Formats: sequence, structure tokens, C-alpha cells
Amino acid sequence: MATQHSRSAARIMMAPAVILLLGWMLVPLTMTLYFSFKKYLPLRGGDLGWVGFDNYVRFVSSSAFWPSIQTTLIIVGGVLLITVVLGVLLSMLLDQPMWGQGVVRILVIAPFFVMPTVSALVWKNMFMDPVNGLLAYLWKFFGAQPVEWLSDASIFSIVLIVSWQWLPFATLILLTAIQSLDSEQLEAAEMDGAPPLSRFGHIVLPHLSRAITIVVLIQTIFLLAIFAEIFVTTQGSFGTKTLTYLIFQRVLESQNVGLGSAGGVYAIILANIVAIFLMRIVGKNLDA
Amino acid sequence: MARKITTRRKTLNTLFAWGIGLLIFFPILWTILTSFKTEAQAIADPPVFLFFDWTLENYAIVQERSDYMRFLWNSVILAGGSTVIGIAIGVPAAWSMAFVPSKRTKDILMWMLSTKMLPAVGVLYPIYLLFIKLGLLDTRLGLTIVLMLINLPIIIWMLYTYFKEIPGEILEAARMDGAGLKEEILYILTPMAIPGIASTLLLNIILAWNEAFWTLNLTAAKAAPLTAFIASYSSPEGLFYAKLSAASTMAIAPILILGWFSQKQLVRGLTFGAVK
Repeated sequence: MATQHSRSAARIMMAPAVILLLGWMLVPLTMTLYFSFKKYLPLRGGDLGWVGFDNYVRFVSSSAFWPSIQTTLIIVGGVLLITVVLGVLLSMLLDQPMWGQGVVRILVIAPFFVMPTVSALVWKNMFMDPVNGLLAYLWKFFGAQPVEWLSDASIFSIVLIVSWQWLPFATLILLTAIQSLDSEQLEAAEMDGAPPLSRFGHIVLPHLSRAITIVVLIQTIFLLAIFAEIFVTTQGSFGTKTLTYLIFQRVLESQNVGLGSAGGVYAIILANIVAIFLMRIVGKNLDA
Repeated sequence: MARKITTRRKTLNTLFAWGIGLLIFFPILWTILTSFKTEAQAIADPPVFLFFDWTLENYAIVQERSDYMRFLWNSVILAGGSTVIGIAIGVPAAWSMAFVPSKRTKDILMWMLSTKMLPAVGVLYPIYLLFIKLGLLDTRLGLTIVLMLINLPIIIWMLYTYFKEIPGEILEAARMDGAGLKEEILYILTPMAIPGIASTLLLNIILAWNEAFWTLNLTAAKAAPLTAFIASYSSPEGLFYAKLSAASTMAIAPILILGWFSQKQLVRGLTFGAVK
């Protein structure tokens, strides 16, 4: 029984977290909204007055906008596809009896702990470099012409690097989900003569559907925001400019704050659309 | 009835899984191996795997030439500081929501989660501007605060799911015996909550250590942690593979070790308790 006394104590205990997060959300958000309606060029005249929705229109009608949306979608979609498909297969494999399961698990999870700047640089130089990269040696070994990965296959390369970082996450969550699968159900289906593929389609996949949804939603939120992987590899050239990177360039590189802020508002709206779905799933879990 | 597993099948599983595991781990292994080579061996054609003259000189060179220790120290302060402050703020909040729930508890939790969904780039300039105005740009204090704030929702969520698992009957029994709020917290709940707090701490250190948006955009020379130190290798210096590898190995080693301890908590923390 919560008494009146403990209620007010609870409120006081919660206050610092609530106030800080409220400030963290409202102050920058209000500023971004404010700037997005202004012509604001800190290095070229500063605040040049209100311009209404001009920035919003100009951001969308700039020649870089639609390509950036396309790039974002390809990268997010590509990484999701690779990590979910391979994640399901890998988690099923790791769930099988084997020797040294713990060690294999560690090997598979390890890339997730590598900081983004390190994985991007290691892939860029030591694997994808067209002269000294390991992939170049491999290509030459088979008599093929080494590929200029980050310029000729730039988006694919970014997708590869980011997938390598996120496959562990998908695998780990799907493995956790798969381990909660009732093995007797599978055995019964096996005894009844259900072939492996239909056992997978009718028992394993439905059981994993919730975990897959969660993986997709959480990864989407993080993938929409990837930055370091592009920053240290292509700097947004060769068609790798995502929405996040475009806004970064508008705001910090060309110091067009009004325009960048309008872009920021678009990014916030986009992320919120994804977030609503994720929150619904997480929220349901709270009631349980 | 347990399924009978033939040795043949187990052997096949083992071979297959180890093969894939090593393939996924290979970039890390290759980085670690290269860090012990000379620069010439690092780009040898054909590549050498194990049979080279192992050397530690890259580590020594990186250390003295780039002031590695300063970046490491910044990473430790930022990751450690933001985590400790976050836990100090998060424990009371998660605590009160788990043990004195009200009608609004769920809404507050969901709202906290929603702040985590805010894309950083959307508020980049305001934060940048505030940092300049407040003199926080390129300071450890400023970055510690930002890292604490971006991870606070995860801290509170994780702690909340752990605290929720502490049975309420224990509390009631203690109250019957006349324990006050203070005794309740100090002698009954704290010992039961320590494992959950430790897991949260661990995961949060990893997240803060690897954060690479704010640490790249809000630091220059003084407060830059290892993420920024490594990013500086994207200049032509990155062509020195052995040194790049040594720097990379030093930057990821502490977190790889911590990460292996926390793999179970990772799932809970990153799915906000939706998958346990």
C-alpha cells in the first residue's frame, strides 16, 4: 500500500530525471523550430529575419534532398534486410547443440562493441582499399580487377560496414527469443512428419515475429541516424549523403542554420513515425 | 523427452558455426594481428597472417606521437562520469516508478523513451550554440552532460525492468515489521537491486564509450575521446595500417572485454525490456 507520504517522496525522487529530460527535449526542440522559420547565417550576417515556411520549401526542393532520402532508404532498408535474414539464420544455428557455443557467441557478438569510427576506418583502409586492402588481394588472387569499393560501390560498402556492426544485435535478440521457444512443440511437429521448412514457417517464424519487429524498429531508429560511418569513409560523396549527413552539412559545414533546422524538423518527424510503432509494442509489454 | 543428437550432427553444427563465427570476427582479429606487424608486413603481398616478426613498436609509437593517454583518459571520464551521474539520477526515478506506481507512471516511462528517439542531428545546432554560449564546447563537463542525457532514458528503463522483478511482498513484510522508508531502501531493496544496477552501469559505459555523433561534433582537441582520436586517422595517416591497427586495438579492447561480460544485459537494455 502506497501511503500519501511515500507518494510525495516518490515524486521528489522522480523530479530530477523528469526535469532534466524535459529540458533536454524542449529547449533544443524549441530552438530548432525557431531557427527553422528564420534566415539565419551565423557567418554571413547572422539573423536576417523571419521567412515563414521558406526554409521548409527550400530544403525539400534543393537538388540534394530527394537523393538523400533515396540513399537513406537504401541504406536503412539494405541493412535491415541483411541483418534480419542473416540474424534469423544465425540465431537458429547458434541455438543448435555444438561444442564451444559460448565462444562462438562471443565471436559473433564482438563487432557490436567496436566503436563506429574504428569499424569504419578498419573496413575502409584494411579491407576496402583498392591497393592494399585485403579484399583487393583476394580479387587479385582470383585474377580479378580490384574494386574501388568506396567510390564505385559506395552505398553497398556502407551497407556492408553497417550490417557488420548490427548483425550481432539482431542475432543476439533473435537468439534470446528463439531460446524461449518450446522445444516440445518442435519435436511434436517433427514426429508428425512436418518437413523442416514447414516447421520453420509455421512454428519458428511466427514465434520470432515479435522479436523481428522489435529488431526492425530499434535498428531503424539507430540507422536513420548513422553518422560516423559516413563521416570517416566518404564524407557524403559518391552518393552516400543520407538525410542525417545532409542536415549536418547544412548546419555545421555551410552554416545555413535556418535551412538545416528545417531539415532537422523533417528528420524528427520521420523518426517519430517509426517511434510511434516501437512505443506501441514496448507499451503493450508494460501492461503485461 | 530430449531429442537425441547424433555426434555427426553436432560436429557439423560445430564446424559450421565456428566457421561463420570466425568470419564475422575476422576484421577484429585482423586488426589485432596487424597491430603487431611492421608497416611493411602490414601491406605485404601476399598478406601474412601469423608468421611475421611480432613487434610492440606500433603501440609505443602511437602512444608517444599522438598523446593516446589523453584521449583514453577523456573516454574514461566521459563514459564513467556520464554513467555514474545517470545512475545517480536514474535509480531514484526508476525506484519510485517501480515501487510507488501511479496512474501516470506508464505515460512518464513512454515519454522518457520518446526523448531517446529524437534524432541528434535535429537538435545539433541548438546544442552547438548553447555550448558556445555557455563555454562548454570542447569541455569534458559539457560532453559528460550530453552523454548522460542521451542515455538517461535507457538507464531508467533498464533499472525499472530490474526493479519490477523484486517481489513486492518482501516490502510489505518489512513494513509490517515496522521498517520505515529509509530502512526499506537501505537494508532490503538495495542488496536486491545491486545486480540490476551493475548491469545497467556496464551497458551504459559501453554505449557512452562508443558514442560517435556528439563526441565528434562537440569536441576539438581538449575533450576529444577515443572516437575522435580514431577519426583523426581518416587523414593520410590512416595509410599506416600497423599504427592504425594499434590505435584501434587500444580503443576497442577495454569495451570488448566489458561487452563480453554484459551480453545478456545488452538485450534487455537495448530493447527497453521488450525482450528479456
